[in-house]
Amino acid sequence: MTTRLDVRFASCASEGRAALVTFVTAGDPDYDTSLALLKALPEAGADVIELGVPFTDPMADGPAIQAAGLRALKAGQTLRKTLAMVSAFRETNDGTPIVLMGYYNPIYIYGVDRFLKDAKEAGVDGLIVVDLPPEEDNELCLPALLAGLDFIRLATPTTDDKRLPAVLANTAGFVYYVSITGITGAATPKPDVVAQAVARIKRHTALPVAVGFGVKTPEHAAAIAAGADGVVVGSALIDALRATLDADDKATPATIPAVTRLVGALAEAVHGVRRQAAE
Amino acid sequence: MNVPNSFRTGPDESGHFGIFGGRFVAETLMPLILDLEKAYNEAKADPAYKAEMDAGLKHYVGRPSPLYYAERLTEHLRAKSEPGKGAKIYFKREELNHTGSHKVNNVLGQILLARRMGKKRIIAETGAGQHGVATATLCARYGLECVVYMGAVDVSRQAPNVFRMKMLGATVVPVQSGSKTLKDAMNEALRDWVTNVDSTFYCIGTVAGPHPYPGMVRDFQSVIGNETREQMLEAEGRLPDSLIACIGGGSNAMGLFHPFLDDPSVKIFGVEAAGHGIPTGEHAASLTGGRPGVLHGNRTYLLMDDDGQIAEAHSISAGLDYPGIGPEHSWLHDIGRATYISATDEEALAAFQLVAKLEGIIPALEPAHALAKVADLAPTFPQDHLMVVNLSGRGDKDIPQVADILGTRL
Repeated sequence: MTTRLDVRFASCASEGRAALVTFVTAGDPDYDTSLALLKALPEAGADVIELGVPFTDPMADGPAIQAAGLRALKAGQTLRKTLAMVSAFRETNDGTPIVLMGYYNPIYIYGVDRFLKDAKEAGVDGLIVVDLPPEEDNELCLPALLAGLDFIRLATPTTDDKRLPAVLANTAGFVYYVSITGITGAATPKPDVVAQAVARIKRHTALPVAVGFGVKTPEHAAAIAAGADGVVVGSALIDALRATLDADDKATPATIPAVTRLVGALAEAVHGVRRQAAE
Repeated sequence: MNVPNSFRTGPDESGHFGIFGGRFVAETLMPLILDLEKAYNEAKADPAYKAEMDAGLKHYVGRPSPLYYAERLTEHLRAKSEPGKGAKIYFKREELNHTGSHKVNNVLGQILLARRMGKKRIIAETGAGQHGVATATLCARYGLECVVYMGAVDVSRQAPNVFRMKMLGATVVPVQSGSKTLKDAMNEALRDWVTNVDSTFYCIGTVAGPHPYPGMVRDFQSVIGNETREQMLEAEGRLPDSLIACIGGGSNAMGLFHPFLDDPSVKIFGVEAAGHGIPTGEHAASLTGGRPGVLHGNRTYLLMDDDGQIAEAHSISAGLDYPGIGPEHSWLHDIGRATYISATDEEALAAFQLVAKLEGIIPALEPAHALAKVADLAPTFPQDHLMVVNLSGRGDKDIPQVADILGTRL
């Protein structure tokens, strides 16, 4: 089965470039602004959208994404509204893949079967659930694959060659390589080290490999893109968004342009690099 | 529901107690958790590790802790009971351990394991500070770097323990995120661990977290129940009729309960913190007022809203102020082997004062919750009923807070 993610990564590859994967938190700082931003991302240059599902206890996230989640929750964001946001996005965009990224508990409480059905109907393409390693595949990964949703697994610097096959076994869409041992938005990964890691993963899989965690500037994104099929930028976009909020954390007219401007610069940098894929 | 032949065989190979437990962590941590499981299994089978543990428990911790017949409390409650009623109450005196609580049993086990694994840096989370103090103590003893994460709210209400940890050479990091209590301290400790995987051992303070922690911490704390069993046989010639202990994460309770799970004559009571009362929503009673969910690496009963967002717990006791509970307790609750009840802040405070005056023992606010329910339960049992309450910690750390509540300036 060919999915939106397959199509998009294949299309980027045929153009000889890496994909820009942008992360924003659903409902940050409020539903309407967040939906407008979501709709503006593809135009600004995002190839794939990761939509963060807010959670009170995001244990793998740094301060920027933690705060974004809390702003969204305070503004009333729920998993149901996040799915509604994807449906609304699909009314005008059928091509850009959307991957939900979050933690398991909100999905577990929503009910796995109901969630997968509603997510598929809404137009979600894939799931990244940080706290579901392969050891817990029965929970969501296998049912998601059956329901036709890609389950995107994280591989990390601690995932050695022995463990890698287990991590890749039920992965679909792409592999998300976490470039550092740490939380989102923390240390800056070194492009040459990342390129070697990507090459190592690609020896085990034909799936595209996107790299995230700690990628902050267009220059940095371009350097990472030289050795990967995709680059994920999250905390830097959230920081740009936060910088435009008023004293009460409300959106201002500067909010959406600030994020799309940065996405534009990132896209130009990432797309400008002829990918020197290591395969 | 199927009831197993033994209640003591969990967790299964994948780390589950029924549907509870498991390993719900980021991929970065999985290789470490698998290493830890392997290292623990090897240590368990190594007589040298057991010998080191036994020597530490005896000469450093001060075990065995006494099993003490609380005569005055027994008489006091009998006076309020119908004729022939009023159980005979024993205290398992974990508050006499070095560092003042049961926490040191588990920390000793984990620190010896960390040494075997070659880890030089230890991190821990703490609520009331007892686990932090125990960790800081053993890090000092073995010359290891120690970083303790503690919610900013708890840092202010548990000042004596914060000072104690600093004296012992630990770095105490006040956590400003979320509700600024134990749950958030655990999030920050996990973030630290994800960041410093190579050098760092995470010393979890209770029977929660990803497999193998719940079973491992329980094993370390089972010394409480094992001793109780021997001591009661010596004192009374038979097993106790009931056990009772307070529950936050539930490690002191699990340690007391586990060796008795297969003795059907022994009734088991866990006491959660009802805070301002269950109906107010301001409590920390995850079994009484929560439902199964996934947080901090395991599936267990949690306090949360309808969208799966974790709720803030409330308890007068920082050590019980956590929206979850160890997964083995969730399982024991669901299969009905243990009975879980709850005590309010007010009831705990009353028991705190009662036991201080009657027994000359100032309990921590955590076991004061168990003592509050002893006062309710003991009068319903006959006089030959033997009841053991786990006095899991001493109340020195709570003196400033209790004085403040009672309106006394120190």
